[in-house]
Amino acid sequence: MKNFKDTLRIGVLRSFLELKQFMRQRESLVFTLLFPVILLFIFGSVFQDTIAPGVTFSQYFVAGMIASGLVNTGFQQLAITIPMERDDGTLKRLRGTPMSVTSYFIGKALLVTILMIIQTALLLFFGSVVFDLNLPSDSQLWWNFTWLVILGSACSTVLGIAFSVVPKSGRGASAVVSPIVIILQFFSGVFFVFTSLPDWMQQFAAIFPLKWLTQGMRSVFLPDDFATQEVAQSWEIGKTAIVLLIWLIVGLFIAIRTFKWSRE
Amino acid sequence: MSTNPAIQVRGLVKKYGDKTAVAGIDLTVEQGEIFALLGPNGAGKTTTVEILEGYRSANSGEIKVLGFDPATKGSAAQKWRNKIGIVLQSANDAADLTVIETVSHFANYFDNPKGTHHVINAVGLSDKENSKTRQLSGGQRRRLDVALGIIGSPELLFLDEPTTGFDPEARRSFWDLIRTLKSEGTTILLTTHYLDEAQELADRVGVINNGKIIEIAPPTTLGGRNNAPAKVIWLENGVNKEILTTNPTDEVIKLNKQFNGPIPELQVLRPNLEEIYLRMIGELK
Repeated sequence: MKNFKDTLRIGVLRSFLELKQFMRQRESLVFTLLFPVILLFIFGSVFQDTIAPGVTFSQYFVAGMIASGLVNTGFQQLAITIPMERDDGTLKRLRGTPMSVTSYFIGKALLVTILMIIQTALLLFFGSVVFDLNLPSDSQLWWNFTWLVILGSACSTVLGIAFSVVPKSGRGASAVVSPIVIILQFFSGVFFVFTSLPDWMQQFAAIFPLKWLTQGMRSVFLPDDFATQEVAQSWEIGKTAIVLLIWLIVGLFIAIRTFKWSRE
Repeated sequence: MSTNPAIQVRGLVKKYGDKTAVAGIDLTVEQGEIFALLGPNGAGKTTTVEILEGYRSANSGEIKVLGFDPATKGSAAQKWRNKIGIVLQSANDAADLTVIETVSHFANYFDNPKGTHHVINAVGLSDKENSKTRQLSGGQRRRLDVALGIIGSPELLFLDEPTTGFDPEARRSFWDLIRTLKSEGTTILLTTHYLDEAQELADRVGVINNGKIIEIAPPTTLGGRNNAPAKVIWLENGVNKEILTTNPTDEVIKLNKQFNGPIPELQVLRPNLEEIYLRMIGELK
């Protein structure tokens, strides 16, 4: 039990340390944390029409941006920074100490959670102040929002760790990871109304968690009757939970099995 | 107090594909000793040390580091890591953290950490405590690495080429730090390119080449250095004269008689460690 407590304590300490490092890097601050807010500002300013009675494009877009924020702070950030940590000696040094790999994972997961909370708060704040975003009034919707964020962050974290073995070097990591994320965002209906995308694109996107996360977020931020305009004429909340859970379990399994401290 | 050796290695072999990096090494490092591993690049130094540190696994051989097989995984290995300190060859991590943030954070990982300020002071970084790591010079960065290696009060410290890039002054003060650690009872395994460093610090030196240990001896007797022919040099009739002899004492007495007094510009030179070493690894005939 003492062991578990220590593992957790060191994980928490690691997340504080990582947060400190994150906040001190201007690039990560701008491109990971503020980028979705910048995109919201651009898209919200360009597309000012409504896509359905009472539903502005920015309302639709905020839902997508919160979902893809989960992919940015988790998957993208980890799949880029972990290879960098492998190159600059961070992981090798940690490997030589009594710190356990579980503490390292806990540190990463908490970092993603903290960043996610900051980013979502920023999006909601700017959305409501600048684009008159309607926040849900129903407590059931806030509950859905909460578990979507938690499950989405967890999924995004484990997949980021799992994917971190793919880039050959820290320097090349963002060239490998960023296009995947951007393509996934286009296919998953973050930048466009999902139902206006070609069928094959919709079906391809339905394999990955981002499509389900954006759809889940739409169920929170768009009026309930908008559900009829979704592909399945419903929000498919249960199915979303199942898809995310499957990805979480598969991702966790792969992350644990393939995680590498060093390149060789 | 047990008298088990800190490191005991028998028949260590490591292959990468069909290339043999370490071809059967035997090595014993006693507790409290400073042992230097010397060898050219690619000789198998770092591979050997990384196996002892638990970073790599051996193909065969018996390895005990503080009585423990470093290839073991799980919580037993974590306990073992409490007792060892590792200073890696090169690292650029923690660039955005200050010296004190980094050292005090790493102290959390160990059961019996030394005091953060004490360690920072010991490596001579007190006036850089609040500097970001990226602002440190190469030598200061290395001293931070050492601080992170010793923060956990290790019984055994691995130093992989610790003074590469140091200026002579920084190297001297680093040597003093290592001597202090030794006086506190820390066992140290050092790899280095610098012969003078091995000579200054090591109780024993192991020379490794092509994955094999060629010789293990104290620096003063390595390669038969103590018995090797010495060069006697003096000035006679305005000309430098020299003679190579296995018995320089007799030669000096002879010259002393010949000059009937002091021998002008007398020098007696033993081959230095570098010459001995280069001869051993076949670089110097």
